[in-house]
Formats: sequence, C-alpha cells, structure tokens
Amino acid sequence: MKKLLALLLVGAMSLSMVACGGSSAPAAEEAPAATEEVATEAPAEEAADTAVAADITLWTYPVGGFGDAAKLQAVLDAFAAAYPDINVSVEYIDYQSGDDQVTSAIEAGTTPDLILEGPERLVANWGAKGKMVDLGDLWTEEVTADIVANSAAVEAACKSPDGVYYEYPLCMTTHTMVINKGVFEAADALQYINEDGTWTTENFEKALTAVKESGLVQQTGIVYCGGQGGDQGTRALAMNLYSGQFTNAEHTEWTMNNEAGVKGLQQLVDWCEAGILDNDPGIVAGDEIPLFTNGTIAMSFCWNAAMPITHAEALAASGVEAMPVAFPSEDGVPELCGGIWGFGIFDNGDAAKIEAAKTFIKFVCDDEAQAPESVKISGYFPVKASLGNVYAGTEDEARMTTFANFAPWLGGYYNVTLGWAEQRTAWWNLLQQIFAGDDVQAAADAYAETCNAATAAAAGN
Amino acid sequence: MSKKNTAPKRSRVLVMRETRVSYLFLLPALIFFIGFVIVPMILCLVTSFFKYTMGEFTFIGIKNYVEMFKDPIFLVALKNTIMLVVVTVPAVTLFSLWVGASIYNMNAFTRSFFRCVFYLPVVTGSVAVSVVWKWMFNKYNGLFNNVLVNTGLMDEKISWLGDERFAIWCIIIIMFTTYVGQPIVLYVAALGNVDPSLTEAAEVDGATKLQTFWQIKWPSIMPTTLYVVIITTINTFQCYALIQLLTSGGPNHSTETIMYYIYYQAFKLNNYGYGNAMGIFLAIVIAIFSAVQLKVGQSND
Amino acid sequence: MESKVTKKRPYDYFTLVVMIILAILFIFPLYWIITGSFKDAGAINAVIPEWFPKNPTMVNYDKLSAKPAFLWLWNAVFISVMSMILTCATAAMAGYALAKKRFIGQATVFTLFICAMALPKQVVLVPLLKEMSFLGLHDNMWAVILPTVGWPFGIFLLKQFSEGIPTEMLEAVRIDGAGEIQTFLTIVLPMIKPGIGALAIFTFIGTWNDYFLQLIMLNSSKVLTISLGIAKLQAENGTDFGLIMAGAAVGAVPIVAIFIMFQKYFTQGITMGAVKG
Repeated sequence: MKKLLALLLVGAMSLSMVACGGSSAPAAEEAPAATEEVATEAPAEEAADTAVAADITLWTYPVGGFGDAAKLQAVLDAFAAAYPDINVSVEYIDYQSGDDQVTSAIEAGTTPDLILEGPERLVANWGAKGKMVDLGDLWTEEVTADIVANSAAVEAACKSPDGVYYEYPLCMTTHTMVINKGVFEAADALQYINEDGTWTTENFEKALTAVKESGLVQQTGIVYCGGQGGDQGTRALAMNLYSGQFTNAEHTEWTMNNEAGVKGLQQLVDWCEAGILDNDPGIVAGDEIPLFTNGTIAMSFCWNAAMPITHAEALAASGVEAMPVAFPSEDGVPELCGGIWGFGIFDNGDAAKIEAAKTFIKFVCDDEAQAPESVKISGYFPVKASLGNVYAGTEDEARMTTFANFAPWLGGYYNVTLGWAEQRTAWWNLLQQIFAGDDVQAAADAYAETCNAATAAAAGN
Repeated sequence: MSKKNTAPKRSRVLVMRETRVSYLFLLPALIFFIGFVIVPMILCLVTSFFKYTMGEFTFIGIKNYVEMFKDPIFLVALKNTIMLVVVTVPAVTLFSLWVGASIYNMNAFTRSFFRCVFYLPVVTGSVAVSVVWKWMFNKYNGLFNNVLVNTGLMDEKISWLGDERFAIWCIIIIMFTTYVGQPIVLYVAALGNVDPSLTEAAEVDGATKLQTFWQIKWPSIMPTTLYVVIITTINTFQCYALIQLLTSGGPNHSTETIMYYIYYQAFKLNNYGYGNAMGIFLAIVIAIFSAVQLKVGQSND
Repeated sequence: MESKVTKKRPYDYFTLVVMIILAILFIFPLYWIITGSFKDAGAINAVIPEWFPKNPTMVNYDKLSAKPAFLWLWNAVFISVMSMILTCATAAMAGYALAKKRFIGQATVFTLFICAMALPKQVVLVPLLKEMSFLGLHDNMWAVILPTVGWPFGIFLLKQFSEGIPTEMLEAVRIDGAGEIQTFLTIVLPMIKPGIGALAIFTFIGTWNDYFLQLIMLNSSKVLTISLGIAKLQAENGTDFGLIMAGAAVGAVPIVAIFIMFQKYFTQGITMGAVKG
C-alpha cells in the first residue's frame, strides 16, 4: 500500500512539475516570433481595419485617475466605440498587495494582458525576467523623437539595458513634497521658501523650528518608514538635503552610503532628536498623507500633480491648503524623482491578444483625440512634447502650471536599477535602524552592501 | 487514541472486503488530502533543493538550507517566532484555563455569555480585528495614545507598532485576544465533564479547593490541555495576517516571523526555492514542538 | 454539567468583577469597529476620544457603497460554506472508517493525517499555486476551497467522535442486514452530529479567517472576499479609519450575529468533541 501511494504521489508530482516548467518556457520562445509578425503588419492607424477581436484584461495600479473606476470608464467607453471587437476588462490593484498579486499571477499563468505602471516594475522587474512583450514596434522614430523632445530620461527609463522597450509611457510627473500653507503662514515660515518652490536645507530647518514652536500642529512632518509605500518621498528627502546621489550615473550601483548621503540621513536623525521632525516606523505614506490632509501634521513627503485631485475631498473637509514645494537641498537646487507611467504587455503567448493590447495602447496613448484625454484623466503630464499643455483652458490649468514649474528639476530615473525590490525593503529597514539609534554610516554601508549584492545577483541572471 | 484489537480473528476475505469498504469511505477525503496537501508538500520538499526563482530552476542540493542559517534576518525571524510561541502558548493556556475554571460553574446564562464574549475576536475575523487594533495603536489619532496622554499617564505619544520595544508585544496582545476563544470553550466543556463524585470525595477527605483542582481536575482535563497547547503552538507558528497588516515585519525586523519572511522571500523577491526550504524547516520545527508536547503531556498523564 | 448552587465567597465576587472587566476589553474592539464606522472624520481623528459617536453619520457607508462590499461578503460566505459542507462530508466518512473499521494500511493513513495536521498550509504556498494554475483554478474561489477541504483536522476530530459509537450497535444493524451506506447514514451520522456541528463551525470560521490562502489565490475583484476587501480598503485609504471600520463592520457583524444565534449548538458540539483525547 505504501509503495502504491508513493508511486501515485511521484506520478502526480512529476506531472505537475512538467506542467509548471512547460507553461513558461515555450511562451518565452514564442515571443519574438509573435512580435515580428506584428511588426510586419500594417502600422498603427489601420489597426481598426484589421479587425482584431479579443477579450483582454488590464490591471491598473492607482496611477492618478486611472485608479478610479469612474474616470477610467470614459477611456474604456471611447475605446469600445472605436474597437467594438476588443473587449477590455479592468482590475484595480493597490500598491500594498498588487505586486504579490502580479507575482502569483505570473506563477499561475494568469497574468493580465495589459498592465499600467512604471519602469521599475515593467522594465526592471517583469521585463528583466522575460515576462513582458517587446514594444519596440510601438516606439516608432516619430514617437521616440516626440518623447525625447520632452525628456530623454523617459525614453531611457522605458527600455532595458540591452535596448528592449517594455513600457509605452503615457504620463509623468515629478514627485514633490507638500506643506500646509495656512500653518506655514501663521508660523511665519513661508519666508523660508523661495518663489519657485525650492528651499535650502538651512531654511528648511528654520521652517521646521518655526512650525514646531507655533504649536499649530501635532508635529511638523513624519519620516514614515513602516514599509515601502511612498518610499520615493523619504529617499528624495534624505538624498536632497546634502545633494547625495542614490545610484551612480549608470544606475548600476547604490551609493547612498557616500558622504553626502550619510550626512543627509544623519541630519534627519538629528532633527528627530531635536523634536522638530518626527519619524514613525509604524506608518507608510498612505497613512502619512491623510494626517497631512486632516491637518495633524504640516507637511507630507509624498505628493505629486494628481494628489490634490485624489485628496480633494479630505482637503476640502479640513480646509488645509496644500502647497507643493520641492525637497530642500543645501544649494537650493533639488533633484526630484520622477514618476513615469505607461503600459506594458504580459507575454501570454497569444498573438491575437497581444495585438489587441497594442491596439489599446495605441488608442489610449497615440490617438490624436484620445491621447490628451487619457493624460487629463491621469492627472499628470504628457510624456510627448507634441501634446503640449493638455490642461490649457481647463479647471486644472492652475494646478498643473504649479507642478509644471518643478519639471526642470527632474533627476535621473534611478528606479530601473536592478535589485530594486530588495533595495526598497532595505531602505525602510535602514531608516528604522538609524531612527532606533544605530550608527548611520554603518547602517548605510550595510544597506548599500545588501542592495549592491542584489543588483549583482540580478545582473548575473 | 485507542487501538483496541479485541475483534475476533476474521478471515482474509473479510479483511479484504473491509479494506475495500474502508477505502471507499476514505476515498473522498484522500482525494482532497493527497491532491492538495501531499502533492504540494512533496513539490515543496523537492523544490527546496533547487535554486528556483522566476526565471531559474537549477538543482543546488542543500544550499538553500545552508544559506538559511547564514541569513541574519532568517535567524532573527526564527528567534522572534520562538519567542512568540514561548510567550503566547503558556499565556493562552493558563489564561483560558483560569477563565474556564472561573466560569464553568456559573449559571448557564452567565457561562454562555462569557464564553461568547471571549470568542468574539475569533468570529470578528482576523483582518477586521487587525485593522481596528491598528487604529487603536496609531500614534496620532489612536485610542491608546489619546487616553494615556489625556490622563497624564504619558508625556509623549508613542508609535506602538513602530517602536522596537513595543511592536512585538502589541502583536502578542492581539494574538492573545484572538487565540483564547476556543481554548476557553474547550476548558468549560472539559471541566463540566469531570465526574463530580471524584471532587466531592476529595472534599469530604478535607482537600482544599486548590488541592482538589490540581489533584483531581487537572489530570482529567489533561487531554484538553494537550490539545489547547498544540493548537495554539501551531496557530502561533502560522501567524501571518497580523504581521502583514500591522508591521510588515518591522520595525527593524523586530516582528519578523518565519512565516512572514517566507512570504517575503517568495512573493517579493521570487526566491521560491529558498522560501520552500524555510517552509520545510518550519514544518520540521512544528513537528518537533508538537511531538515534545505530546510526550510531556502523556508522561504527565 | 449543571451548575451547583454553592455559597458565594469573596473570591467569587472578585472573579466576577475581573471577568466583567475582561469581557469589556474583549468586546471593545468590535464596539470600536461599529461605532467608528458611524464617525465622521472629525470624530475619528479627535484627540479626546468620542466613546460614542455624537453625530452619527452614514458617510463611511456611502463611501463604502462605491465598493462591491456585498459581493466580497457573498464570496466569503460561498467559500466558507462550500468548504464547510465538503469538509464535513469527507471527514465524517473518513473519520468513521478510521475509527470503526480495521483495514490494511490503516496505521499508515492515520499517521499521515496526523503528521500533516501540524503543518501550516502556508509553507506549501508556491507549489499549491502552481498546482492550482495547472488545474486552471487560480483566481477562482475553488482554489481556496479545495486545499481547505484537504486539511485533515476534520478527519481527526470526527474520528474521535466516531470512537464513541458502540461497536455492538454497528454489529447489531449489520446482523439485521443493513448495508454499509445505510449503516453510515442511519447510525453513524446521527451519533456524530454534535461533532459535525462543531467541525462545521470550526471550518466556517477558519476559512473565513484564512486571509493568507485567499491572498495568494484570489486576484480579480469579482472573487475577492471580505477579508481581502478590508485589507484593500486599508491599502488604498491609509488612515481613513472611518471607511475601513465600515468595511470591517460589514465583514464582522453578520458572522457575529450568526455566531450568537447558533452559539448553543456550537458549544454543545465542542463539549462532546475534541476533548476526548
């Protein structure tokens, strides 16, 4: 009996092993073939005539208005009108468990066809692991020139080190911080901020002190580090204070343990010890922002062009006036992180679905009438120079003009450095360690070591 | 688990018939059991000897297991997990025994009232319980800080879940409230089943309440205690939702548990082989704990 | 079982007071969920806690109504009920066979069940995921139900119950010419009913609370359960505790109500059950 049972188990096991191995390998081989096929076919605009019929799924992270079902519906309706044979169903995923859902979907072979996110996932993670379709045929010369005319960094971020495009971008923004204007005014701290929204580290400290002493809020701001949510904000803060660099220029090595970086981290610790700033390893940006919008704290480190819309209701309820500002830096010249969002296509091995997904991307991002609308729904800026100011004449114009002013300070897109996932965890752990009193240099060294090991491991794959 | 072999010797034919019938009865359960427990378990064991990531599948022998003991975070997670077990299991067992002993001879209404109350956190659902505690522990608008600061017991607000000194205790408290429900119900039942003539006899002999309890009742509820201890141990080892929803293993890995770390390695970093190796290790640890508890329990019997 | 009337001593009163305090502490989280769900942003963030919402508001439920909370609830109920029915059915049959039959390989099968009982199903998550995708069941509610039914706890529990069936009784009906199935349905099932009741509730609550398996197996909004939904609310809304509490209340209140209604049967089941080691 025992033997029989064992035999049965082994049989079942090997069967499913074969199944597991089998599901991913052939798909990867098929990919280039499928792409070529598409490439030789008619170019973009005639897609409607080729009448692709397919059911495709789109997963969207909360990228501005694209995370809002009511707003995205307008895009879907327009697409359905133009391409009645392609049926798009949408899933809204969040940043807390979204990555895990995608991972499990990849392992289970149930990935969506389309996904909307940024290069750190589409290119550096899933793309690097061979799960995405090469979108090179969408990046025509014209498109590339159009995007580069706006920002070469965007174009660079959307392709892998060996030059394969895994993302087709739609919109972008700079990540900034935000202050409670009313509180700063009352605390006489607005004077520390320059006209253009930049400020120096020295003035930032003065502002923190003034706001703290005013007693108008429970705390000035919170360096949140309970997890990875919104971690670009805390990174930008620590990095800018003394103009440190997160990675080297080639984005192949993590460098936050250099002098400037450590000095910035140490500064945060010192401010926390002085009581003019707070840290909380119990919360993430998602918890911090509501504390800002309800007036508990006077600033948030996680803000961008779409935030005023996303949090309009809360801001209106509390009467907090949100004023976006750059991250403070020693010389007053910040280097802001960017957000670049666009579509990627998971390689599900079905040429028809891939074609349909590309049709969707072209419609949403390239269609003359639809592209500006799509950008407006996202609440961010277009990646294409040719679209110009899509917000001109809309009620959002003033808001977007404010944020457009930050564009000149957009720094390199270091999120595509390999080992990104390990880095994110290491980062919030680093903050937790230094706020708990660990030596900053030692902790930063350990952090850089972990990240670089991960980068090396990922590059070796 | 009685293994009575009192049945008369039966003929071979009869045995075969009985075996056939038995397996027919077992069949539905075995299909599910083999299909969804044994098969994945074996897959887990096999893949734990592989470098198995999203793009790679190569045999590396016991390297994952060796790696594990060089991984400082794994060791912290192991330490935390064992600490959770060492604190939670006795606390839950003693507390539920005490509550059980206190309420089992109350009148029927009061008894079922308390039993219900202590079971509430279980039926409320682990996620719902986690989110309300998260709010109560919140530094800025959480109940605990507000009350403690308002009453002057504390000068400054504390980030309960964000402070290495407190975070794991917060987890323990929440775990405790969700784990005692079932043991209390079991103890109330077990104590109610103790033959009253035994305790009366002891009391006639002049034994004190306490003596009666330890000498008469305690041995007869031993099976229950054993069950409670083992179930609580297994539950504690498996604790995942609380960690994921409240601390993500932080601050500074102070609430990192093996279960959470497995999940992190597998789902955030796609190190499936490594995650599976830790899973197998955890399974072995649990098996050892359970076996030791069983041994100790039976020798006390 | 019946309580005896004993003379009250100071210690008893002390115990009663402590019990009442503890009871309040145990009820409090649920109370805080329910009251919190009726609080507006001001009351949620109030530095001086509002022990009872002064200006109860439905605003959180309005916000929640934009989410398919009732679908989540229904999915959770579906998964839990299906797991419960299948577990009880398979465990009753298997438990009876293990307790009352003598057959070849019995010890092996039983040992396997016992060993597997202690193993957390989370450790096999990746293989389980692979298996479900092989069966085409990933992102399907059955991917949660099937492994739940496979876990052998129920078999162990109902085996314990079946041990209590007098063997003579089974012999008697057999002599009367009853078939195996008839014996099982007419003698065994009624006798282990309390055990099945207890197992039903254990399985229902256990499945309801099994956040982990649901997290791994379910992705699409149409199959999310209330546990995943509440977690999603928290991920998307951070510290908007009013809304999160509304979600938690929708998840908790129905099951608490059911539990209170049926608690008598539940405790009866346990009383006669697991304790017989």
